[in-house]
Amino acid sequence: MTNAQIIGAGIHPFGRTDGRSGRDQGVFAVRQALADAGLEWTDIECAYGGSEGAGNADIMVNELGLTGLPFINVSNGCATGGSALASARNAVAAGQCDIALAVGFDKHPRGAFNAKPGDWGLPEWYGETGMMLTTQFFAMKIQRYMQMHGISRRTLGMVAEKAFRNGTLCEHAWRRSPVDLDTILNAPMVNDPLTKYMFCSPAEGAVALIIASEKKAKQLGADGVKIASIAVRTRPPGSFEVFAPAISVERGGKPTELASKAAFEAAGIGPEDIDVAQLQDTESGAEIMHMAENGFCRDGEQEQWFAEGRTELGGQLPVNTDGGCLACGEPIGASGLRQVYENTVQLRGRGGARQVPGNPKTAYSHVYGAPGLSAVAILER
Amino acid sequence: MTAPAPVADGLWTDEAEPRLIGGQNRDTGAIVFPMPQGDAAQQFDAVPLSRTGTLWSWTSQDFRPKSPPYAGPEAFTPFLVGYVELPGQVIVETRIEGAQLSDLSLSMAMELVLTEFAPGRTTFAFQPAGARA
Repeated sequence: MTNAQIIGAGIHPFGRTDGRSGRDQGVFAVRQALADAGLEWTDIECAYGGSEGAGNADIMVNELGLTGLPFINVSNGCATGGSALASARNAVAAGQCDIALAVGFDKHPRGAFNAKPGDWGLPEWYGETGMMLTTQFFAMKIQRYMQMHGISRRTLGMVAEKAFRNGTLCEHAWRRSPVDLDTILNAPMVNDPLTKYMFCSPAEGAVALIIASEKKAKQLGADGVKIASIAVRTRPPGSFEVFAPAISVERGGKPTELASKAAFEAAGIGPEDIDVAQLQDTESGAEIMHMAENGFCRDGEQEQWFAEGRTELGGQLPVNTDGGCLACGEPIGASGLRQVYENTVQLRGRGGARQVPGNPKTAYSHVYGAPGLSAVAILER
Repeated sequence: MTAPAPVADGLWTDEAEPRLIGGQNRDTGAIVFPMPQGDAAQQFDAVPLSRTGTLWSWTSQDFRPKSPPYAGPEAFTPFLVGYVELPGQVIVETRIEGAQLSDLSLSMAMELVLTEFAPGRTTFAFQPAGARA
């Protein structure tokens, strides 16, 4: 297998952009990634991309150019971006092409995601009785976790406070004003223990990454970042996932633990070697639990980590340096790629006001979604 | 006046003190809820589940879910949901009745009741054991 590098990265600002379709935001991101890599659209040999709710990606060739390249539409829920990246990396690693594109975009209506039971293999009554909501799942997962491992409501608030603070330093973030801890803690409850400011919102945005073989990157003199490993995993028996009318009394593993372990093994490094991390934070509790599920701390230690500011920009392990989903919102098809985009920015030392100090060499990203899947990517400089 | 109708058939037994109906895997003995439908059902035997269990987790639903699929009343009143562990069987997601958020705690005893979640339609719920719905 050939090593693959990210040699170009582009992003359309997240949030709300009236009058521009999700796909046009995707085209915007692709053009920015091409400019960043110093390439033309005609240089791209194959492409993988998708959205959850904003249409097919391959139509982008209307705007970008009819070069005849193979363009594979990816539709894999919250792992759409991660799967597109994994596919582009694999195409390069297999020697199928030297330059590939991964692109993800979305544009969701306002308000909570509205899932149809039939699409998820679930009976209608589950939705009719008001139990089929992603926000309920996240609330119940952290509610139990807080009881079992001594996490406080204040720490939940600190996760959101950090996200909005980092967002103020990030050009592509949606929420760019700080929110103080008291406001976060005293905001209207959405699903106890999570208040309005502790949840991310469905949003819009797009990310494009250009992947090249190591040889090609060298030829081009690219400012490349190595993809050390990518792992996508679905749920094992006995896990607790979104949209579960019942779960097994035999408690088992978690998709995040599987993906994390596989990604670390393939990269030949461990959690202690990571310099900066982007962890799925669809709400405050998710970031806390994912710190442990990805192996960065033990269950319950997050309380002390936050008290000591260890995940701040200047801390031992900065987490969600661009404000994460909480500050950027969640356009499903683009969200996982945003994490990889941010890690690319950090490893290239281009983070500006939010740059992690000390020349970070390794970066970790993790996305989680329904009905229980996880994708992890490790980058190295 | 007609009696309220169950939100779906086959979710609970028709008896004075109804029980949820789960599916027991013929090979592994593992219990799932609800009883699988279609081809998947061939692998399972319908079994009535325990009326009582312990609270595994919970939350409040403080905004009206989108319709469809939500079929509750237009005028929204926040409600509680949770997971209740039926010992040795399965952990079921359920609406919670007869309690305030502040009444709930991990592992508290719960029992099954039926509740009219929308005019003329019933679903299952759990309440703190011994409470009056």
